[in-house]
Amino acid sequence: MTRIDAKFAELASAGKKAFVTYVMAGDPDYDTSLEVVKGLPAAGVDIIELGLPFTDPMADGPTIQLAGQRALEAGQTLKKTLALAAAFRTGDDTTPIVLMGYYNPIYNHGVEAFLRDAREAGIDGLIVVDLPPEEDEELCIPAQKAGLNFIRLATPTTDDARLPKVLENTSGFVYYVSITGITGAAAPEAGDVAPEVARIKSQTDLPIIVGFGIRTPEMSEGIARIADGAVVGSAIVSEIAAGKPVAEVLDFVRSLAEGAHRA
Amino acid sequence: MTEEFLNSFMTGPDERGRFGDFGGRFVSETLMPLILELEKQYEHAKTDDSFWAEMNDLWTHYVGRPSPLYHADRLTAHLGGAKIYMKRDELNHTGAHKINNVLGQIILARRMGKTRIIAETGAGQHGVATATVCAKFGLKCVVYMGAHDVERQAPNVFRMKLLGAEVVSVTSGRGTLKDAMNDALRDWVTNVRDTFYCIGTVAGPHPYPAMVRDFQTIIGKEAREQMQAREGRLPDTIIAAIGGGSNAMGLFYPFLDDKSVNIIGVEAGGKGVNDKMEHCASLTGGRPGVLHGNRTYLLQDDDGQILEGYSISAGLDYPGIGPEHSWLHEIGRAKYVSVTDKEALAAFQLCCETEGIIPALEPSHALAHVIKIAPELPEDHIICMNMCGRGDKDIFTVARHLGFEMGGH
Repeated sequence: MTRIDAKFAELASAGKKAFVTYVMAGDPDYDTSLEVVKGLPAAGVDIIELGLPFTDPMADGPTIQLAGQRALEAGQTLKKTLALAAAFRTGDDTTPIVLMGYYNPIYNHGVEAFLRDAREAGIDGLIVVDLPPEEDEELCIPAQKAGLNFIRLATPTTDDARLPKVLENTSGFVYYVSITGITGAAAPEAGDVAPEVARIKSQTDLPIIVGFGIRTPEMSEGIARIADGAVVGSAIVSEIAAGKPVAEVLDFVRSLAEGAHRA
Repeated sequence: MTEEFLNSFMTGPDERGRFGDFGGRFVSETLMPLILELEKQYEHAKTDDSFWAEMNDLWTHYVGRPSPLYHADRLTAHLGGAKIYMKRDELNHTGAHKINNVLGQIILARRMGKTRIIAETGAGQHGVATATVCAKFGLKCVVYMGAHDVERQAPNVFRMKLLGAEVVSVTSGRGTLKDAMNDALRDWVTNVRDTFYCIGTVAGPHPYPAMVRDFQTIIGKEAREQMQAREGRLPDTIIAAIGGGSNAMGLFYPFLDDKSVNIIGVEAGGKGVNDKMEHCASLTGGRPGVLHGNRTYLLQDDDGQILEGYSISAGLDYPGIGPEHSWLHEIGRAKYVSVTDKEALAAFQLCCETEGIIPALEPSHALAHVIKIAPELPEDHIICMNMCGRGDKDIFTVARHLGFEMGGH
């Protein structure tokens, strides 16, 4: 059982929905982002998605892309991102960390070495945007063998015929992308998302977490109500981009978490 | 894998879209169903005579194919060695080889019921070709172009606008061709139902590298037949410039199984292929990685972050290369070299002066390598280089480099 599985078991027994946040590692710099990440569990975050900066984030909108650029300009690398996770782990041994990014920095590091280093750093799962099931041999299967969850994105274009393939090697949870589009773009309608969540639920026992376009405590609550949890990324990254003090960023996170936990 | 284990170099890609270890389908889940559908539709069209009948009709009457195979006799005499032929794809409608591929993709898009076409462009040649064919068929066209390229390729931007296309100046990232491709992919992810992404080179997720190659193969097929008719034999060496590598793949592919034919791809060496990375030579100065849907050689740093290429030629200024070239490089079937901006400029001028042909800066790179090797080769050695584009679009850039003031620009 990974920390992710344990977290969902704990939430289920408490009758709570999961609140998941995304922040970019190293944005705007290593120390500030470590301070933000360290503060997330106390602000009500159940699972942390830690963005791995990449120069060419094809599935992300401008907010996440700029966050990656700020991080890279401040000297963030894959190694430093793993170091950041390890530094977080020294003070928190239960909050799951999911590393989210693109394949090239991982491929460049070497898959075997990466899986070993990620495990040692206390990473629990991976979301690699540009690795669909068709490329499972690259990283998904080795990651599962190494004891890491491989969390897949399901999208509105994933039809019923394709869904089993997407779910087959997924573990931890399923991340449902609520819109066709990039991160931080159009907002989803809970009414449109509910049938989609039900459709995926009919084919898996894994928790379904919904993200893309969620910006407010109300939206967080509305989405968490119809799924097993909500993810917020760009809205939080925007607060960091605006140069808000860490305490204010965490206050905003707390308001979103309370929304999701009301559901 | 080495040569003797292969019966043919023309069987790729495999069912996973791989050429050896290169290629593949490294895209987000939102796009995956779209590229699977595209693959299915393309596989169907490929064996459909009516599809090729439509292509051939347009190639003949709209593009002006076949393009001539021209014996560059004064250049040959000037260099005093190998006999040099040019495959004149710069005479195509819109001035480059790009339209060969665009026609194929847009006929396919129409068959798939898509009404909106998006494209990325560097030098603007693919953008112009796409805008042209969209105008011809009355389709909405959006072209993504890096802000830096919009500036240095102003004539092509205006051409696209005249043809009714919307040109989006891309400022995300560093505002270059790779960023234009990122933004085109973002558009596609957002507009999945009605939009067809017309990729301009032999890169991207499967089936694009194979599909674009197949459409560009008309270049090599014609060259082969024309050379047989002119010389009664195949060329000894074929040479083409490489950015993403579509004109090169189009020329090379029909010759891959002809063991007697030397195949040379010429990358943009910019200011020199060294650790300052002021070049676009992915094969000679990069290493394998994953970007824009495929595994291939890339310019990247120690952390796997993609680097900006540099070249005088906007059309070669891309940090990657088509995966089939990566494979041909690794198995040794084709040889890849680089030439610098300076060498390309010298070739540009020599071509103007000896042949009365103003070449684009892209094929000027291929020509620069011809200039290097031809004098050392015997007179009965036949070289065929791909003159894949004309230089009208580049005269401002060249003027600037030669210190010539152009009024009003």
